[in-house]
Amino acid sequence: MPMAKALNAGLRKAMQDDAKVLLLGEDIGPLGGVFRITEGLQAEFGDRRVMDTPLAESGIVGTAIGLAMRGYRPVCEIQFDGFVYPAFDQITSQLAKMTNRHEGTMPMPVVIRIPYGGHIGAVEHHQESPEAYFAHTAGLRSVSPSTPNDAYWMIQEAIQSNDPVVFFEPKSRYWPKGEVDLTASSAPLHSTRVVREGTEVTLLGHGAMVAVLLQAAEIAAQEGTSVEVLDLRSISPIDYGPILDSVRKTGRLVLSQEAPGFVSVGSEIAATVTERAFYSLEAPVLRVAGFDTPFPPAKLETIYLPDADRVLEAVDRSLAY
Amino acid sequence: MSYTEATLQLLSPAGTIVESDASAEYLPLIEKLTDAELQEFHRVMVVTRAFDHEAANLQRQGQMGLWVPSVGQEAAQVGSGFAMRKQDHIFPSYREHAVAMIRGVDVLDIVRMLRGLTHGGWVAEDHNNFHIYTLVLGSQTLHATGYAMGIALDDKSGTGNVDTDEAVVVYFGDGATSQGDVSEALVFAASYQTPELFFLQNNQWAISVPVSRQSRTPLYLRPSGFGIPGIQIDGNDVLASYAASRKYLDEARTGQGPRFIEALTYRIGAHTSSDDPTKYRTDAELAHWVALDPIPRFEKYLRGRGESDAFFAELTAEAADFAADIRHRTLALGIPPTGKMFDHVYSEPHPVIDDQKAWLANYEASFAENGAAE
Repeated sequence: MPMAKALNAGLRKAMQDDAKVLLLGEDIGPLGGVFRITEGLQAEFGDRRVMDTPLAESGIVGTAIGLAMRGYRPVCEIQFDGFVYPAFDQITSQLAKMTNRHEGTMPMPVVIRIPYGGHIGAVEHHQESPEAYFAHTAGLRSVSPSTPNDAYWMIQEAIQSNDPVVFFEPKSRYWPKGEVDLTASSAPLHSTRVVREGTEVTLLGHGAMVAVLLQAAEIAAQEGTSVEVLDLRSISPIDYGPILDSVRKTGRLVLSQEAPGFVSVGSEIAATVTERAFYSLEAPVLRVAGFDTPFPPAKLETIYLPDADRVLEAVDRSLAY
Repeated sequence: MSYTEATLQLLSPAGTIVESDASAEYLPLIEKLTDAELQEFHRVMVVTRAFDHEAANLQRQGQMGLWVPSVGQEAAQVGSGFAMRKQDHIFPSYREHAVAMIRGVDVLDIVRMLRGLTHGGWVAEDHNNFHIYTLVLGSQTLHATGYAMGIALDDKSGTGNVDTDEAVVVYFGDGATSQGDVSEALVFAASYQTPELFFLQNNQWAISVPVSRQSRTPLYLRPSGFGIPGIQIDGNDVLASYAASRKYLDEARTGQGPRFIEALTYRIGAHTSSDDPTKYRTDAELAHWVALDPIPRFEKYLRGRGESDAFFAELTAEAADFAADIRHRTLALGIPPTGKMFDHVYSEPHPVIDDQKAWLANYEASFAENGAAE
């Protein structure tokens, strides 16, 4: 099934398993959300558990905090990545710090779902990758699935977490289909996974980038280069074990993300890998990222967003050291 | 901004009951109060003021980084505080020391926060549901509204039984009314018809900016645009604060939707100990409001009812003892352990936090070992 359906199934399962799980967001009721992720859920669970809210993102997150204080497990939908900023205070100064401020007596099981990233030809504010803002904030967890199977399981695991989780859904991957194992999760929520084994260069990315990295690895293989591909899955905290293992094997790491490179998730990983695997590195850690510009008008997005060619250019640079 | 014909007043500045068409609806609620309850209103106002003065002194002596005085606002807080019922949840801003006192918070916990020992200080469920202070203006109005939505989802409001139906009271100030979160909270409260009382203490000044800069209309009119009934009361009249809060809160809890009270009061002190109000307000304005001080007004009322000199003398002594106790306990407060900053960042284990806590412990221990070696 496609990721959109997997997320819908995961939300349904979470709501069936726990009556305290609520959904809040704009247009998530009869319409099923602008991406149809919540399609049919209000009909099944009623408008007390699937709430169409007023159009106010700070209001959505702020009331979700109050609902969590009351013992609910709210799942907020932010309609598009660029619309999350009106909720920034409630997410970073309130939600993130609430457990700390309460000295551990107040868990904050709130999930904030954000469809993010480009490749959909949309207007301004609809194609951004704001994950670094949230990864920078203590008290939040952030994850991003790249496959329907991960989406199905990770959304349920995020809802079960007693900490707030910002859940980044790569909207360009909503519709490609993939196998979903409905019987068991294949990995913990906060784990990096090797998705293609190789020996000469490690590629690492999350969300929609993983498909691009696999495409690059396939081309590289045809050209005689063995590339290992890792799916980050968890943006915060980062599971460094598999990353360091891979770098110790290949000696080369190329990071890729749609987000701008400056002060980004890629910057953080590059610094940490350099600190922790310095003597294994044969080349500097390289980043392939969105440019440090506003996300451009849609007709330029294929230039802005890293593609397989830009990843392979970085692979060549890495191998040239 | 001062009282107008629209301002509900039950107790005149002279300390006599106001008989009017407007007050007639509320006076029966006052008539039900016992002598002991009226004494308690006065007791909390007087003790809170003594606490407040002591805390301000402690700040000036370097024992606290900051103090946030509530002087002048005791009637608004005490009236609304005693109007709540046991099952209610209270979301304060950061100046509601009298309400904290009423709900059983050890106000030394407020001192601990402003001394730099904690960001919170108490557990709401152990203190009659008085939640911790919020410092970002208006943020708590959304938390309160979400909590009230949860009460409604739990079917714990709206049955019509005032002894069991739950409600939420949220406190905020005139400055906060300009924050988007307050407007969003009013939108959500109206949409979901929450069992909730919005209690605005209009103390006239948002640090140095007067309420006239926040609003061109009286603030009690603002909720009507959201479909929420609002009323303006004399916030220095503890009986008006009690009666209006009691009525509105019971309407909210029994399913009639959210309510809004603007208590017109005055911040006699500074915004905080870092503020200097002489730079932006006149002596005449201050004198006007000092003459409307809620505590002497209520004392006149109680004396008019025949309260004895002994009651007031004992209360003065009690307040002084309370302040002295706060002073002694403040001076005895220690410093939190270093590792505390890492505890409870998350509810569940987190590798970055665990690593950094362990690193710091080793780093600190390394100095101890070096010292021992020498």
